[in-house]
Amino acid sequence: MTEPLLMATDVVKAFGPTKALDGANMSVRAGEVVAVMGPSGSGKSTMLHCLAGIIQPDAGTVMYDGKELSAMPDQPRSTLRRTEFGFVFQFGQLVPELSCIENVALPMRLGGMKRRAAEAKARVWLDRLEVGDVASKRPGEVSGGQGQRVAVARALVTGPKVIFADEPTGALDSLNGEHVMRMLTEAAKDTGAAVILVTHEPRVAAYSDREVIVRDGHTRQVEFA
Amino acid sequence: MSIGHTLLGLLEGGPRHGYDLKRAYDERFGHDRPLHYGQVYATLSRLLKNGLIEESGVEHGGGPDRKRYAVTAEGVTDVDKWLGTPEKPELYMQSTLYTKVVIALMSERDAQDVLDTQRHAHLRAMRELTTRKSGGDLADQLICDHALFHLEADLRWLELTAARIDELRKQVTND
Repeated sequence: MTEPLLMATDVVKAFGPTKALDGANMSVRAGEVVAVMGPSGSGKSTMLHCLAGIIQPDAGTVMYDGKELSAMPDQPRSTLRRTEFGFVFQFGQLVPELSCIENVALPMRLGGMKRRAAEAKARVWLDRLEVGDVASKRPGEVSGGQGQRVAVARALVTGPKVIFADEPTGALDSLNGEHVMRMLTEAAKDTGAAVILVTHEPRVAAYSDREVIVRDGHTRQVEFA
Repeated sequence: MSIGHTLLGLLEGGPRHGYDLKRAYDERFGHDRPLHYGQVYATLSRLLKNGLIEESGVEHGGGPDRKRYAVTAEGVTDVDKWLGTPEKPELYMQSTLYTKVVIALMSERDAQDVLDTQRHAHLRAMRELTTRKSGGDLADQLICDHALFHLEADLRWLELTAARIDELRKQVTND
């Protein structure tokens, strides 16, 4: 069995007097899709934010690819997030003033890629996610399902090693939600990216390889049967 | 529903005679389908034969003498095994799950473990259906969707029960 690509050990994170995570553990291997499940307020989004280096734990460690992410200063953590991680959230992750293709090209433009090259690559991903026809439209002019597929394209376009998805289908109906999940997991499998999927929906979690349960800031990791 | 395991679980609280067991079972689990005396005594006889319970004295009262039964170490192990084995995910299985959760709480086992084990089995079944669906035609997809929605309903019940476990523990242990 391969070594974990990302591993949280005894992670503690408090917001004021409330401990969102209290000794949480989980690991993810390359190419694996892991669902993080649990009731509202259980700490699952905090777990995702710690794993992604968006917030720093108060105690415990987060290791990514042999590096201690939880001890990294802001700047290299931010670079790592842009170059090696992709993100899909429930709402509002697309820039409303930019067209869909400009949104998908944005992470590459921030990395210094020329506009033409970035948009050519963005076009490939938009077509792959079957939203090539909305490339020139702004996010406000497309449906919820199309917008989420554009967001998935943007998360995948840089060839990330890990995709963090926080309730990615929370605002979609069942059919659109399934379409997004199928495309996200198929594309991740094709590129070898790991996916950490925070969800409270069992039908979304069914697209994962295994689940981690978060309850009251503690984790229960279900290993391969 | 395994009546034998449920009776063993009830006996973990202390020795009881057949009538008492039936009353305890009906109070907690038999709202829709109370046990017949014949079922109770046939089950006790089988448990006795298999060494999962033993006779533990006789109660003398106004009526006929009544034998008391106690669970054996093998019986406790059998309950452990039953609680640790998930039910096959299928429709309308909540009554068995509810029974397992109550027995776990009554015997001070970890009821969350029972729920987690079942959640895992359900999600595994849902993964298999999701994989089958993605490679299937529309008929396959609709058949799988039907099963998926029912399994999802079970999972929502598991989540709700998990959220109410402390409340249920208070009720069960105060009885």
